[in-house]
Amino acid sequence: MAGFLIKRFLQAIFVVIVVTLIVAFAIRLTGDPALMLTQGAGSVTEADLVRIREALGLNQPFLVQYFGFIKGLFTLDFGRSFLGGTKVSTLLAAALPATLLLAFSSLIVSIAISIPLGIKAATARGKWADQAIRILSLVGLSFPNFWLALMLVLLFAITLKWLPPSGMNGFESFIMPAVTMGIILTATNVRLVRTAMLETLNSQYIMVARAKGLSENVVLYKHALRNCAIPLITYFGLQFGGLLGGIVVVERVFNWPGLGTLAFDAVGARDYPVLQAVITVLSLMIIGVNLLVDIAYGLVDPRIRTE
Amino acid sequence: MTGEPSPPLLAVDNLSVAFGPSRVVENLSFSVQAGRTLAIVGESGSGKSVTSLSVMRLADMMGGQFPTGQVLFESRQGRIDLTTATQKTMRGIRGKEIAMIFQEPMTSLNPVFTIGDQIAEVLILHEGMSKQAALAEAKRLLDMVRLPDAANLLARYPHQLSGGMRQRVMIAMALACRPKLLIADEPTTALDVTIQAQILTIIRELQTELGMAVIFITHDMGVVAEMADDVVVMWKGRKVEEGTVADIFARPQHPYTQTLLAAVPKLGSMTGEAFPKRLPLTVMDGDTPRLVGGEHVQDTARYGLPPVLSVRDLVTRFNIKKGIFGGVTHRVHAVEKVSFDIHPGETLALVGESGSGKSTIGRTIQQLQKETSGTILFGGRPVSSMNGTERQKLRQEIQYIFQDPFASLDPRKTVGFSIAEPIRTHALIDGSKPIQKRVDELLERVGLTSAHASRYPHEFSGGQRQRVCIARALASNPKLIIADEALSALDVSIQAQILNLFMELQEQQGLSYLFISHDMAVVEKMSHRVAVLYLGQVVEIGTRQQIFETPAHPYTQRLLSAVPVADPARARNRAMLEGEIPSPIRRVGDEPAIFKRTEIAPGHFVASAA
Repeated sequence: MAGFLIKRFLQAIFVVIVVTLIVAFAIRLTGDPALMLTQGAGSVTEADLVRIREALGLNQPFLVQYFGFIKGLFTLDFGRSFLGGTKVSTLLAAALPATLLLAFSSLIVSIAISIPLGIKAATARGKWADQAIRILSLVGLSFPNFWLALMLVLLFAITLKWLPPSGMNGFESFIMPAVTMGIILTATNVRLVRTAMLETLNSQYIMVARAKGLSENVVLYKHALRNCAIPLITYFGLQFGGLLGGIVVVERVFNWPGLGTLAFDAVGARDYPVLQAVITVLSLMIIGVNLLVDIAYGLVDPRIRTE
Repeated sequence: MTGEPSPPLLAVDNLSVAFGPSRVVENLSFSVQAGRTLAIVGESGSGKSVTSLSVMRLADMMGGQFPTGQVLFESRQGRIDLTTATQKTMRGIRGKEIAMIFQEPMTSLNPVFTIGDQIAEVLILHEGMSKQAALAEAKRLLDMVRLPDAANLLARYPHQLSGGMRQRVMIAMALACRPKLLIADEPTTALDVTIQAQILTIIRELQTELGMAVIFITHDMGVVAEMADDVVVMWKGRKVEEGTVADIFARPQHPYTQTLLAAVPKLGSMTGEAFPKRLPLTVMDGDTPRLVGGEHVQDTARYGLPPVLSVRDLVTRFNIKKGIFGGVTHRVHAVEKVSFDIHPGETLALVGESGSGKSTIGRTIQQLQKETSGTILFGGRPVSSMNGTERQKLRQEIQYIFQDPFASLDPRKTVGFSIAEPIRTHALIDGSKPIQKRVDELLERVGLTSAHASRYPHEFSGGQRQRVCIARALASNPKLIIADEALSALDVSIQAQILNLFMELQEQQGLSYLFISHDMAVVEKMSHRVAVLYLGQVVEIGTRQQIFETPAHPYTQRLLSAVPVADPARARNRAMLEGEIPSPIRRVGDEPAIFKRTEIAPGHFVASAA
């Protein structure tokens, strides 16, 4: 297990280097921040632009800029935003918890719905409950998340006035963004749980568990579910990446003060330091979650732990 | 106060079980007395397993229904009909009053819970014990099934145990609440013979100790003879015969029982015979038995000719990568310094238990696996230095028949296509008409008809599929056929037919066989010479008569004594065989000792400790 984790850790470092290199390089192809900053400023001379570039460090060779950024990673110093000069670390510190909270509550909403529904569909295979759950999950899959978000706002915030339409302010404000994300995830997760469960329910040890006289709930939720955990955890881990991608859109709709909003604004302004930092943090989170997934394998499955 | 006999513990009366429109058990009646053992015997599709699942009402979970009959059980609450009991009532009976052990010990235990937790679960549920008390009782139960080091075993997981150990854990779990009835569904079928002997002894001893009744479901007449008091024979979902074990074996009434008993290979039945012998066979033709074939002495081996295949000092090892950076720390020593010859028209049997390396030898000869060292000469030429064309020729002249005929046929291709494939690959015949003709010929050769060529594998029964595999092997005019457990997945009556087919083909075409098997009784019928493998080495090799009549190595003797014999008249009290089959995995650098072999009679070599 220790050897396995060391291997994974070394892999993770390699992934971070590749991702940051691509991000830092690609972002510099999108346009000149100096021009963006001086847009509409009237008379800007070429000398002004050169001065701005020097001030922002953009005149240095790419690799120097890149290594400066990597060095900053270790001291949590990501430089300052091109816009307003706020420290990037300050911006991140404000946005990261908001996004993390939203991501995890979405994941929890989705798991809480999809596991019971998936198990129900598997045990009622071919019957009406199974059909209904599968049709519902297909409907859920077909919604684009921004549309679903707008419909929820229309219904619960504008018509019924039960929930706040936007912003992050107390428990109520979490409900709509988390449910929006959760429903999209649930649609796929239900099918995944159903498939994994069907396979497990065919196992001999499930028959043995029933032959012991255990109740169906113990058979399903204790004996079967734990054996489904490996494919489920794998998928939930992979899903986390997609979840962070989807969150950018949902954060915009609900005006959520998270990494998505931060990144969105940074793209518009060619704010390299902020964008680089946000993408690096996001990829670190994805790598971290997948590392957790690998550790979780060992926890749920003794066959991996004792190898 | 009359001497009325006590009612049976379990009385199945006119029971039918249906899955949707099809009835798999029809009008079945039998009863089990307290403390006795009833064997339900039958081949695949006889409905014997469904019967046991119906008594437990586990057939419900698979969609089973009971259109007729009842199952009366003397429970703690008096006599109840299990077919109409609620699932809630059944949950109180399952595991407590009726317990069950299943065929596949490798998959019967939940891989993610410890052994202790899985046994304790039953005790907590039915006996209301605390977790701690339940674990203490679990330890006692593991001692009872004679598992060494029970205390440590409680905290271990199923994958850390061998198949035999897992089946003992299953028995411990089933007996936890001292059930009145134990249903054992093929409990030893997946185990090696020496382990099977251990498990059977344990079941028998615990039955006496706990005074419980046992329903033993099996297809193996040898196991029936060893275990049962009474026997019910099932065929196509119906009971065809019932009686005491002595009656069934001595005076079988129903034609099906007669054919079944006739087909069972009996260890020792060839004593005194110098050669394998093909015997006429009774087969069921609809509902009536019919005798097919005649008696032929299989004197086909041509020892005067140079051997078809010579294997010298063959070693095959597999590396296990365990280190952080993929370094090799352990090796599987599958085959260690094995040497043998096969002559034209000869059958050499490789026998041994799991991990003995018998299948690896077959795979290495076919070059599906590269040898680590040693030489394989086919037709006098070393296989390892063959060029592409020669290798192609080798693949044509050595054919392989596997255990699972379904897995070795392409489900999306017609059987005719599969048989024609080697003819096309090796360009043995030109033109589709002549190929078609050859395929028809081959199908008839193995006892099928040319009409079968256009069908798909799923349309055939297991025995027919194995015939198709044989036809495919014959298609490339092989000199040597490696049959790797080719009969193991088949019912005994089918097994006997295929066995005769193998021998018939040998006589007509002078084929040589490398017959890999764990079944000593089948080996005795079929082979000219036998090599006994243990941990990758040949511990004894000789003619069939030498090995079976004068076995010299302790392992060969042990293997032979473990085989259950289909004769209830034989004394049952066998000494308990102890011990597990050791593992062929060794640390790098820790080389196994190579046994020295001495010739104790002409051609009879026995290993002595190195």
